Amino acid sequence: MCPALPLDKLEILSPDYSNYNIPIQLIESKADRQSKPILQVRDLSVSFIQYTSGLRQQELQVMSSLNINIYPGEVLAVVGASGSGKSLLAHAILGILPRNATVSGVITYAGEELTLKRQKELRGRDIALVPQSVNFLDPLMRVGKQVRNAVSEGDPAAVQREVFKRYRLDTRVERLFPFQLSGGMARRVLVATALVSGARLLIADEPTPGLDPIVLEEALGHFRELTNEGRAVMFITHDIETALKIADRIAVFYAGTTVEVAPVKDFYGDGVNLRHPYSKALWRALPQNEFQPVPGSQPLPNCLPPGCLFAPRCSMATSECELVQPRIRTLRGGMVSCIHAT
Amino acid sequence: MLLEARDIGFRYGNGRWILRDINISLKSGEVVGLTGPSGCGKTTLGRILAGYEQPQQGSIELNGTSLYTSGYNPVQLVFQHPEKAVNTRWHMESTLKEGWEPDKDLLKALGIEKEWGKRWPNELSGGELQRFCVARALSPATQFLIADEMTTMLDAITQAQIWQVILDTACRRNMGVLIVSHEAKLLERLCSRIIKLNPCPEARGRSCATSTLLK
Repeated sequence: MCPALPLDKLEILSPDYSNYNIPIQLIESKADRQSKPILQVRDLSVSFIQYTSGLRQQELQVMSSLNINIYPGEVLAVVGASGSGKSLLAHAILGILPRNATVSGVITYAGEELTLKRQKELRGRDIALVPQSVNFLDPLMRVGKQVRNAVSEGDPAAVQREVFKRYRLDTRVERLFPFQLSGGMARRVLVATALVSGARLLIADEPTPGLDPIVLEEALGHFRELTNEGRAVMFITHDIETALKIADRIAVFYAGTTVEVAPVKDFYGDGVNLRHPYSKALWRALPQNEFQPVPGSQPLPNCLPPGCLFAPRCSMATSECELVQPRIRTLRGGMVSCIHAT
Repeated sequence: MLLEARDIGFRYGNGRWILRDINISLKSGEVVGLTGPSGCGKTTLGRILAGYEQPQQGSIELNGTSLYTSGYNPVQLVFQHPEKAVNTRWHMESTLKEGWEPDKDLLKALGIEKEWGKRWPNELSGGELQRFCVARALSPATQFLIADEMTTMLDAITQAQIWQVILDTACRRNMGVLIVSHEAKLLERLCSRIIKLNPCPEARGRSCATSTLLK
């Protein structure tokens, strides 16, 4: 039987989270360890109600017991395959999930629980999103105007020109519509929009794909700069390399759950310091490492395995792994949800 | 087989020239990278090579003759954003079989589950959709594959999976592959030669291509 099952353990997992903070505080971070996390996500689960045929409904579990926290002044990278729940987490934090979504678990911002009402007040001001798709730009508004609308302090036009200069966007760009921009330019406009809002927590959802190396370095530099001012950045990406360049800690997602949270320094060599078999496989699959894929694909929400979500593709999996989804636990200054990790 | 771009010049309407005097060529069985700064015309060049755009100057030639205008195009392009390259009103099955009927081995190698065929595009993630787009483009009639930032949006494991299938197919069928990408390490791993598209300093808005032999 799985060791996580006995009843005495279950008590610790009850909604009283007073015990919960202890292991979390142990995690190393460049951020001041005394400081309280600005954002805490505990046991977040999200499911969607879908119509299958006629009036028959189906509940799709797309995220299960997801845990992360972010401290002021740090960059937490969230890495995982598409469909692993990265964007969904961002949307859950901002309260912009579609209506057919059911959410359980607790999200706190600056110590207080994030309710729908509070999410509405905070988003765009205290918590800003750099969206994934360039389709988030208003197609009928000149991009300069869009950035000005987001400015929280000072003269909007001046702030917008300043930020465009910082991103090497020509002055003529502010007069353009989104469809007239190249992919890289559109991304820079999106980042600029979030920057000028003055938010304390920035959620960047894949802000960098398709940027050339020079622009990428610059963009990452700007995100880093923000943390110097004590702001926190949650940097969602599928690209470990980019994550390594910018993050203090990396959270690895798989099929809607956190499999590992590790300090950046653990991603080196052949990945022996990593804790979860999936993180190791992800690391080894990089072109500069072994470029070796693992067979199969991430399970879809309607056919999740009962136990560990990675077990069907894992070379280390035993019959125990198939019983129950492992709880996340603290290990070597990070966190892991694998019963075999040492 | 040889796919050639000769003295290509391209601009939208009367705008600035995006590409000017571009000459590149791609042989069968060759895996070549195409890289360059953002906005220098890589995607446009890929689209021209695959016949999606007509250049204002110069021509594209496949074995010395111009590209087909009807029937199956032997130069296939795989786009960066798969969600924009599939019909949203079709089940994935129909999308998959648009050009040919992919065999089971290919689907298995790409990790495409049979059950996904019954889904709508918005029910699959980008990585899952891109696998379909790759399978769709790998018909035996495809002689050149142009991959425009094809795996940029994907995680490392899926990337490695897809590229292994493509390299394997290219090798078996002697198919030429042009990989448009920013990722230097990926190109180093995959390509025998890398073409760099650079904005020419002396002429504003004019790109020139330089080719570097890697291996």
